Amino acid sequence: MSELSVSMSAAGGLPQAPVLPDAPAKVTVRNLNFYYGEHHALKNINLALGTNRVTAFIGPSGCGKSTLLRIFNRMYDLYPGQRATGQLMLDQTNILDPKLDLNLLRARVGMVFQKPTPFPMTIYENIAFGIRLYEKISKSEMDGRVEKALRGGALWNEVKDKLNASGLSLSGGQQQRLCIARTVAVRPEVILFDEPCSALDPISTAKVEELIQELSEDYTIAIVTHNMQQAARVSDKTAFMYLGELIEFDDTSKIFTSPTDRRTQDYITGRFG
Amino acid sequence: MAVESDVIDATGPYDRAKALGAFKLGDVTFYWITRLSAISVLLILGGIIISLIVGAFPAMKEYGFAFLWTQRWAPSADPPVLGALGPMYGTLVTSFIAMLIAIPVGLGIAIFLTELCPQWLRRPIGMAIELLAGIPSIIYGMWGFFVLGPFLANTFQPFMIKIFDGVPVLGAIFAGPPSYLSLFNAALILSIMVLPFITSISVDVFKTVPPVLKEAAYGVGCTTWEVVRSVVIPYTRVGIIGGVMLALGRALGETMAVTFIIGNSFRISSSIFAPGTTISAAIASEFAESDGLHQSGLILLGLLLFVLTFFVLSGARLMLMRLDKKAGK
Repeated sequence: MSELSVSMSAAGGLPQAPVLPDAPAKVTVRNLNFYYGEHHALKNINLALGTNRVTAFIGPSGCGKSTLLRIFNRMYDLYPGQRATGQLMLDQTNILDPKLDLNLLRARVGMVFQKPTPFPMTIYENIAFGIRLYEKISKSEMDGRVEKALRGGALWNEVKDKLNASGLSLSGGQQQRLCIARTVAVRPEVILFDEPCSALDPISTAKVEELIQELSEDYTIAIVTHNMQQAARVSDKTAFMYLGELIEFDDTSKIFTSPTDRRTQDYITGRFG
Repeated sequence: MAVESDVIDATGPYDRAKALGAFKLGDVTFYWITRLSAISVLLILGGIIISLIVGAFPAMKEYGFAFLWTQRWAPSADPPVLGALGPMYGTLVTSFIAMLIAIPVGLGIAIFLTELCPQWLRRPIGMAIELLAGIPSIIYGMWGFFVLGPFLANTFQPFMIKIFDGVPVLGAIFAGPPSYLSLFNAALILSIMVLPFITSISVDVFKTVPPVLKEAAYGVGCTTWEVVRSVVIPYTRVGIIGGVMLALGRALGETMAVTFIIGNSFRISSSIFAPGTTISAAIASEFAESDGLHQSGLILLGLLLFVLTFFVLSGARLMLMRLDKKAGK
């Protein structure tokens, strides 16, 4: 395995994450189909998210990558007329089970959105809010959890003196890290990132990317991105999607250096998309 | 072609200055029209206040501040004894009870309509709410008189008395002989009348919550109730309070329906099932046959309502500012 990682990092001009040995699957997708009303948005998707690995989803707009992400925590359930068929397992739990407790599922599968979404409350409350949904803990214990989460979101040093300021008073990059901290605070198993850097400046983007790398030590991560360098930098595996189909799914280094499919090749070299 | 362009060139600069001049004139006119419109509001408001003060002056001179805490209202005595305590009490109590009922119900309807209601039911309920706002207040008054009043007197009040008999404060609030005309009847009608204000404004502001913010809250595992309580309502707080203030303004000043069903009694009773009066009801029922000091006293009541409304609304605004501070803005 170690020689594999050496050969991969030597290849190609893009900066690359080291290739890790294949991890046991945390989330398994089998024959997944998704419909917006009549529109068939995802067609027969098969893949697995490795435990403590970062899986990137790339592809042109409208290819279904965000749709796929929103199935992992059943976010689509909020809207009538959207439905999924097939099999989707989180460890031994069937995510598509209609009787599944969605609040519990979403505690296990956290999500960070394209735009920062701090709640209209203080920084402290933004974090404590999620924790309180599941646990009754004392004030001092809560203080500790909030600090730990903010450290986890690489934000503690910037906000420790103004925990009672509104979450909305932070800059865009800080808000996004607050949202990551909030997600981490609930102690999920999987974290979904839906284009987490698309509204951020390059410096904030670098911070968030670094954070994603750190988080992958403890969490299984799926990230949708339009930025191919980003996918190459942060992910272990990359899935290329096109028109609702999964075209290619492989090690990130393989996808970006020697893709098997012609369409993947065209997309990563910028011929379309 | 060449000739044409020459002509334009020659006259170009001159024409442009003239054209700009015309624009400028239009701009100045526009500025003054809008400015006069804005000033007219101040003039009208000032005029109303001044004429109220002038009209109320004889009563002010006669009764002084005692007007505020005198309960007796005897315009035909000689000299007439007038006190505003009864109407002020009635105005505040009916509005308070009305808001107590209308705020939770109105918000509840708004939350149901925006977050929970199946699509096909949305329009009928929304339209019903809007129709409620369109019913003339005299109809509410008649309905309160012929339908709600008898129900309250024959069924609801005996029931409440049975439950709270002997309980210290609550017992007194519901005690007394049954009456079709009561503060509570008026408050109930008021709450129905202001409901559409609270609901339709809340629905509008709830719709401004970005879906992604709600998704984020669902994303950490919130139930719908938790999303509404912790995200939707705090996010839209300013708008909701705006709607509530508008409703409160209406409740404080509503005249026709209240005059019909409140009983027009100036005596203050501890029971909300006893007849009472409000400032606007007192003015409406007595103004036509009043003269001299009596009339001046009624105008003073009107001025009081004006001041009362002002204080209540600025109190609400103050509360809003303090809430903002607490939220760390």
